[in-house]
Formats: sequence, C-alpha cells, structure tokens
Amino acid sequence: MKAMLQRRLPLLTTGAIFAALFIAAGLKYEGFFSSNVAVNLFTDNAVLGLTAIGMTLVIFAGGIDLSVGAVAGFTSIFVATLIEQHGVHPALAGAAALAIGGALGAGMGAIIHWFKQPAFLITLAGMFLMRGCAFWLNTESVGINHPLYARAADIYWEFGPVGVPLVAAILAVGLIIGGVIGHTTRFGRNLLALGGNEQSALLMGLPVGASKVGVYAFSGFCAAAAGLVGTLYTGSGNPSTGIGLELDAIAVVVIGGTVLTGGRGHMLGTVFGLLIFGTIQSVLLFDGRLSPWWARILVGVLLLAFILLQRGLVRAVGKGK
Amino acid sequence: MTDRLRHFLKSPVLWPLAGIFLLLVANLVLKPGFLTITVLDGHLYGLPIDVLNRGAKTLILALGMTLVIATGGVDLSVGSVVAITGAVAAVLIGQGTDSLVLILGGAIAAGGLAGLINGLLVARLGVQPIVATLILMVAGRGVAQVLTDGQVLIIKHEAFGFLGNGFVLGLPFTIVCATLLYLAVHFALRRTAAGLFIEAVGDNPEASRFAGLATARIKILAYVACGLCAGLAGVMEAANIGAADAQRAGENMELDAIFAVVVGGTALTGGRFLLLGSFVGALLLQMLITTMYNLGVPPAVAPVPKALLILTVCLLQSDRTRRWLGGLFKKKAAA
Repeated sequence: MKAMLQRRLPLLTTGAIFAALFIAAGLKYEGFFSSNVAVNLFTDNAVLGLTAIGMTLVIFAGGIDLSVGAVAGFTSIFVATLIEQHGVHPALAGAAALAIGGALGAGMGAIIHWFKQPAFLITLAGMFLMRGCAFWLNTESVGINHPLYARAADIYWEFGPVGVPLVAAILAVGLIIGGVIGHTTRFGRNLLALGGNEQSALLMGLPVGASKVGVYAFSGFCAAAAGLVGTLYTGSGNPSTGIGLELDAIAVVVIGGTVLTGGRGHMLGTVFGLLIFGTIQSVLLFDGRLSPWWARILVGVLLLAFILLQRGLVRAVGKGK
Repeated sequence: MTDRLRHFLKSPVLWPLAGIFLLLVANLVLKPGFLTITVLDGHLYGLPIDVLNRGAKTLILALGMTLVIATGGVDLSVGSVVAITGAVAAVLIGQGTDSLVLILGGAIAAGGLAGLINGLLVARLGVQPIVATLILMVAGRGVAQVLTDGQVLIIKHEAFGFLGNGFVLGLPFTIVCATLLYLAVHFALRRTAAGLFIEAVGDNPEASRFAGLATARIKILAYVACGLCAGLAGVMEAANIGAADAQRAGENMELDAIFAVVVGGTALTGGRFLLLGSFVGALLLQMLITTMYNLGVPPAVAPVPKALLILTVCLLQSDRTRRWLGGLFKKKAAA
C-alpha cells in the first residue's frame, strides 16, 4: 500500500496542485467557476494537448521528440496550401498530413534505433527539416475557406450546461486513446519496459526496435493531428505554428509526473499537466495585471518544483529498500 | 603514408573540413567572386570575412557548449541566456549607465549566474542536464521579456555598439574577440590539467570522484563557463543589431551551438572533446547558411540543408556506417 502510494505520489500531487490552483483561481476571480472556462482549457490547448499525448509515450520509452512543433507547423501550412491553392479536399489533405507525420516519425525512430544515434539530435534534425519545409511551402499564413471547415466550426455537443466544441472533443478522445495505448496494450508496456532499462527489455525478448520506431511514428502522427486541429481552431494554416511547442509539451509531460529518463509515468498526469498549464494562462488572462510572459516563468518554476519532487521521491524510495 | 597524415585522415575534423571545402568549390563555381576580399576605409570586406563575422557568435557559444558536452551534459538554455544578457545590457544602458565595464560586467555576469543555476541543478541536485537546462530555456525568455517589459529596446551607446560592429586592425571586432577567446580556452584547457579533468568527469564521474576529483565543482565550472560564453554572445548580438529583442534574440542558437560541437566530432555522450572541431563545425554551419543566401534560398528555408547536414554527419559517424565502410575498404584491399 505504501509502495503504491509512493509510486502514485507524483500523479496525486499533480492532481492536487491542479485542484488547488483551479479552486484558488475560482475564489479570486469572479466567473472563473464556469463550465465554459473548464471546456476552454481543452479548446485553447488542443494543439499542445495532442502533441503532449505522443510526447508522453516517447518519454515513457526514455526518448524525446523535438520535432513535434515543426511537424504541427508543417501540417498546418501543408493542409491550408493543398486546400486553398490546389483544390484538394480537406479530408484527403488531412490524411496526407497525418501520413507524412507518421512516416517522418518512423524514419527518425529507425535512425535512432539502427544507427544508435541520440534521439535528441535526430529529432532536432527532424525539427529543422519540417520547419524549413513549412516555410518552403508558404511564408505567410493562409486562410482556409472550405464549406467543411465552416461546418466543423459549428459542431457543438451539449451535455447539460456544458457545450463542447469539436476541437475540445478531439483532444478528449485523443487523451483517452493515448491512455489506453499507454496503459492497457502490450505496446504501451513494452515502451515502459524499454524506458526502464533498454538492455533488460532486449534480453527479455521485447521488440525494442519495433517499439522505438512505433512510438516515434505515433508521436509524429499526434503532432500532425495537432497541426490539423490547429487549422480547425484558427481557420487558417500558418508555417510558424508550434514554434516552441515541443518544449511546452515536454514541460506538460514532466509537470504531469512522468519521469524524463523513462520507464515511469501516467497519461492522466499529462492531462493534469495540461490543465495546470492552461489554468495558469487563464488566470493571467483573467487577472490582466500580470504580463503573459509571467506564464513562462511560472511554468519554469513549476517544472523545477516537479523535478525536485521527483528526485526527492526517487531518493526516498531508494533509501527505503 | 606518414603517421601525421594517417592521424589527420582519421581525425573527426576531416569531415567538416571536407564539407567547408565542398561548399567553397560550389560557391566558386556558381559565383566566381566569392573569395574576393576588398579593402574599404582600411577595413576588410568580403564574403569570407562575412562568414567569420557572422559565425563568431556561434563559435563563442560552441566553445562553452563543448565544455558542457564534454562533461556528459548539454545546455539548452544558451539561446535564452543570450536574450537575457541582451536585455540586461539594454536595461543598464537605458537607465543611463555609461561605463562600458559596468554594462559588460552586469550582462556577462547575468550569463554566469544562469550557468551557475544550471550547474547547481545538474551537479548538486543530480537533475538530468536536458531537463535542468530546459527549465531556464522555458523560463529564461519570460525573464528577458519581464526585463524589457515586452518591448524591443533600442540601444544607443557608441562604445557598446563597437562590440558588434567595430573593426580592429581591419578585421571585424567579433572575429578578433572570438579568436582570442578560442585561444584562451584552448590554452587554459590543454596546457593545464583542466581539459583532462573535464574529460575524466564526462567519461566516468564515479571513477573520477574516487580518483579525488571534485566532480561536482568541475561540472559546475563547465556550466558557468558556458553561461559566460552565452553572456558574451548575447552582448555581441545586442551590440550588433543595436537592440535587445527578448522574443527573437538567440532563437535556436542553442541548437546551432550543439550542432557545431557535434559536427566537430565531440560525442554527445561526453568524455572527449575537440575544441578545434567545434571551431570548424561553427564555420561549416555559417558557411552553409551564407551559401544558401548566396544562392538566393530564402532564410526561412535554410533549416532544411542544416537538417540534412546533421543527418549526414550522424549517419557518417555511426558505428554501422563505419563498419560498412570498413568492410568496403577491406574488400578492395583483398581484390
């Protein structure tokens, strides 16, 4: 019981911090306690949230993916350019973008695994590549005027007093799928084993190579999905979408209690991490006195706090043995 | 084949040098005037000077980064530190500080402080370097924004501007400064035991600690040195454009610096470093960018060749490729 509590402590802490933050904000700012604010946390952070899903699994496996922001940016302008300047149907353009994201991820995973290169460097190259390609396609933002986009903007589900727009629903579904993949499938367990100790995973006969290629492909796919959702959210494509997104995604995952060296973590933590991130930004918005760049400093401080907490826990558990 | 030549052929510096050479040839074919250097008002101008001048900041960052990577770490925060030091300099000048010593001291000390924080996190608290420096990378831009109040601060200070645009003996000051720093670091590390200590810590921190090295202190010093270098680069950047832009200053510079170091043959796993390699790596990177501009490739697309270059170097230096190449040569020798 005690061991389990210790194992779940980062997750519990993250949840508690989110609850405390949200309640404190609700008490301080009038109108904060509305279902709309809660749903907006999802809607406004859909792009970040979707990339964080893939990033969580990559970090489970002890890797890192710096290319996600650039993939989102590429997808954004790629889809917009195809629809507006080449008359391609949005569904087809979107499918192509998702395929490109997945293929790029798989390629990076393959190089990382078979050429034994640091994930950090290879995904950095992926980031440069996709960002350059995005600006190659178009340097300016392109508005998307397609009936399908207009219709998507109107999609709205009502659950009692809560209205959920399409973008928020996609993120919610994505997080559930990510959680299922990460915690109930063999693939997910393989990733955690791989992140825990690659050598042992290999000796146990787990498909290390396939898992690595798979997880980077999944992350690329998520990043492309994020770019796609970004076009839905803004109704346009922009090659500079997602600059710095990779870092926010890593921050969200780490604030969520997932250990960056791999092998331990939870998708639910990422959900809380995302909500904390979103709440900080909403609070700054509600307050209006603090400048938005304080959000960056706050996120940094939170990141530091969580990492120190993780260190402390790891040491405490180590001493208990 | 003499030993010296054989040694050179095996040196990791060979690949980036070959890359620079290839780019030079390509440039000369496409634009025959590439190597022309003109003298104007006693100052040297020309594309080769331009490459050195623009590459100087990357080189300075790469020097510090080499030390950190040699200890088995990495510093992701240097780009943000560039923004912070630029902001500090601009704020000091904006408040009417006239003394160059104070301005430089304040700005570069801010860089050193940033390095100290990184170093303490890594060496004393045992945080993974990527994560430890990520914190400052995320928060650092916020700090710079708070300092400048989100504005692009224009800097008007003649002596300060000289740091970015001045000439010494006909050469841009940035080149002179970077070269002097390179020599200083080289001698400080290779003529004393400092370089050896850093490599030992990067290779096996546990063993070095048992051998009596102050492992933590050496690591902290490496991060502080890296922060100071970033501070100097930040001052140069601000002086060069005559403004402090918290949002854009130093953007992606950490990546360029890491890139220069890795291309130069210093492994990201630490334990060995090649200062000359980082020098050549920084030049190769700048050469590539200048070539792109020279060919009329828009700046925004320039990351593509950068990416291809990283991939090429990674693949060339991987064991798999080496074994494959080795096999190829053996077959030839047998035939």
